[in-house]
Amino acid sequence: MKTDKILLDHGSGGRMSHQLLIDTILPLFDNPILSRLNDGATVDIQGKRLAFSTDTFTVDPIFFPGGNIGDLAVNGTVNDLAMCAATPLYLSVGLLIEEGFPTEDLEKILKSMKAAADKAGVQIVTGDTKVVPKGAADKIFINTSGIGLIPFPLDIGSDKAQVGDKIIVSGTIGDHGIAVLTQREGMDFDSSVKSDTVALNHIVKKILLRTRDIRVFRDPTRGGLGTALNEIAEKSGIGIRIYEDKIPVKGEVAGICELLGFDPLYIANEGKLLVFVKASCAEMVLEGIKTDVFGKDACIIGEVVSDHPGKVLMETRIGGTRIVDMLTGEQLPRIC
Amino acid sequence: MSVKYAEEYRDPEISRKLAEQIRRISRRNVRLMEVCGTHTVSIFRSGIRSLLPDTVSLLSGPGCPVCVTAQQEIDAFISLSRIENVIVATFGDLLRVPGTASSLERERAEGRDIRMVYSAFDALDIAKKHPDREVVFLGVGFETTAPTIAASVLSARDMNLENYSVFSAHKQVPPALFALMETAGVQVQGFILPGHVSVIIGTKAYISFFEKHRIPCVIAGFESGDILRALFMLISRIESDKPQLENGYPRAVTFDGNEKAIKIMYEVFEPADAVWRGLGIIAESGLEIREAFARFDSKRKFGIRACESDVQPEGCACGQILTGIKTPPECSLYKKICTPMNPVGPCMVSTEGTCAAYYRYYE
Repeated sequence: MKTDKILLDHGSGGRMSHQLLIDTILPLFDNPILSRLNDGATVDIQGKRLAFSTDTFTVDPIFFPGGNIGDLAVNGTVNDLAMCAATPLYLSVGLLIEEGFPTEDLEKILKSMKAAADKAGVQIVTGDTKVVPKGAADKIFINTSGIGLIPFPLDIGSDKAQVGDKIIVSGTIGDHGIAVLTQREGMDFDSSVKSDTVALNHIVKKILLRTRDIRVFRDPTRGGLGTALNEIAEKSGIGIRIYEDKIPVKGEVAGICELLGFDPLYIANEGKLLVFVKASCAEMVLEGIKTDVFGKDACIIGEVVSDHPGKVLMETRIGGTRIVDMLTGEQLPRIC
Repeated sequence: MSVKYAEEYRDPEISRKLAEQIRRISRRNVRLMEVCGTHTVSIFRSGIRSLLPDTVSLLSGPGCPVCVTAQQEIDAFISLSRIENVIVATFGDLLRVPGTASSLERERAEGRDIRMVYSAFDALDIAKKHPDREVVFLGVGFETTAPTIAASVLSARDMNLENYSVFSAHKQVPPALFALMETAGVQVQGFILPGHVSVIIGTKAYISFFEKHRIPCVIAGFESGDILRALFMLISRIESDKPQLENGYPRAVTFDGNEKAIKIMYEVFEPADAVWRGLGIIAESGLEIREAFARFDSKRKFGIRACESDVQPEGCACGQILTGIKTPPECSLYKKICTPMNPVGPCMVSTEGTCAAYYRYYE
C-alpha cells in the first residue's frame, strides 16, 4: 500500500520498510546486485570479490548504556560487510550535525568511532561533515559506508537457506532496542540492560575457519530476529521452525517487553549474528561462536523445514505452536 | 522501577499438565470469552489455542481500550491536534487508529504536535515545560489507567496548571459485561475476567453481574499457566453445572481491590453513558470529568460534543468481533483490505486487537 506521505513506520525495518523498497526504490534502480537485497552488495572487480555497504544512523538518545551513535555507526557497517563473509577494510564517515551541537559530545562520539574501528580492525579513510541550521536535523546523524574483501567464494545470502539447515543465534536478543528505549524521556526504568553494539567480523572469521558450509549470515538489527527470519524464509522459499525455550533473552529484557506489550523477537539488536548452517556442521559452528567473548550465550534455536514455505513457526515453551510474522510497524507501547 | 520476570508462573510443565487436564475433562462444546486484550495476545503468543481440544472455542471480547473507542472520538482527537497551539499527548497504540479520514500518525506526519507518552504524568511535564501551549492528554483505557490519569488531574490542580487537560474516553468493564450478555447473537458460556482491571476494582465489582447471569467467571493473570488454570476452572464449573465467580489471580487481586486508586478515580471522574465501538451506548459505562475539575476537561475547554453514536467503517466487522459473534477470518475485509499496514478497523490496529492478534499469530 502506497501512502502519500512517508511515515515513521517506513523506517522501522519491518514490512513497511520492505514495501517502500519494493514499491518505490527497486523499480528505479533495479539491477542483479541490488535485487539480492542482502546486507551489503558483493561485486567482482578485476578478479577480486568485494563487499560494499552503507548505513545511516539516527538514534534517540545519542548516548545510551553500552555505546553511542558513533560506535553504533562503525559496527553497523562493519557488520553489514561481515554478513557478506567479507573482511571489512575501509570505512567512510559522513557527519550531519545540527547547529549548536556541543563540541565535547562530538569529540566523545568520534573517540568511540575510533575505538570501534580499531577493535574491528578497519580504518576510516575518508569522510565529510555538514552542519545544518538548528532544527533542520536532530543533534547528529551519521552515515558510514565500507568496503571489504571476500577472501574466498562463498555461496551465501538470505536466499540460500536449505531444508535441514540449523539456525544459530550468537547471544541474547533485544538488548540494544531495550537499552535505548529505557533511556528515552518518560521511561522510568531502573534497568541495567546495555546495548550489544559490537563488531561481528571476528566471530564470522572464527566460523569460516571451521567450515564453509554456511548458507546465511544475518545481523538482525531493526525489526529484530522475527523479521530477519521471515525475510530469509520468504527469499529462500523454505519454512522455519524455532523453539521459544532455546532463544536466549535476558530476564530483564523479557520483563520490560512484557510490561510494554513488546515481543523481544522484534526488538533491535546491534551485535548479534544469525547463522544458517548445514546441519552436520552446526555443533562445530556453535562451539566456534562460543569461543568468542561476545558469543558465549550462542544457541541453536531452530531449523529449516520443508513444511509451510515462506513462514516462520515457533514452538512455544508450553508445547503449543504459533506463527512468527514480520514486524509490521514500529512496536508501540500498549495502554495497560 | 526494577523489573523481574515472573518465570515461576510460566513453568512449562505446569502449563502442559493443565492443558492435558483440560483435554481430559472437556466434554461439552463451550465458548469462553477473554475480556482483556493482554489475555488475547498472551493466548496467541503462548500457543494456548493449539493445545485446547476442539470442544473449547476462545472468543476475544471488548477488552482492548483502543478497539472499543468510538470512531467519532478518534475524529475528535484528530481535530484537537489540528488546533493551533495544542500539543496532543497520547499512549502509543492510539497513533495508528484510523478515524473517518485520517489518523494521529498521519496528522503527525503533516506536522501536528502529537507526542507519544508512557504516562499521563509525562504529559503533565510537557505542560509544565510549555506554559504557552495547551497540552491535551488522550485518556483512553479502563479502570487500570483511569486512576493514574485522575491523579495527574489532581496534580495539575495542586500546581495550578492551567494549560493541561484530559480528554476522557475511559470505560468501565463491568457495565460492558452486562451489555454483552444482552446483545443479540452473543453466545458465551464463561468469562476470563481481566487481571489488571481487577487489581483496581477487586472481585466484588463483578458480584452483581454474576448474580444476574449465573455464568462462570474467573479473574486471571497473564502468564500461560494463569490462563490455562482459569480455563480449567471455567470448564470444570461448566461441566459440573456449578457456576461460580472465582479469583484465579489471588497474588495480585483482592476482594476489595485497590481502594485508594478507586477513591482517586471517582474523585475526578463520574460514571456517564458512553459509546463503545460494537456495543453502542452503554449506560454509566464511561468516566467523565466531574464539574469540580471542569477546567481540566478538554471536552469543556474546547467545546467538543459528547460522542453519541457508534459509526463503523463500511464492511468492518469489528463490532461483531468485539462481541464474539464473528471471528476475524469471518470478516470480509480481513487480510484482504484490512491489514496491520492498512488497518480499516481498530481491532487490526492495536497490538492487543483481536484482528491484529489473528493476523500475526493465527494461520
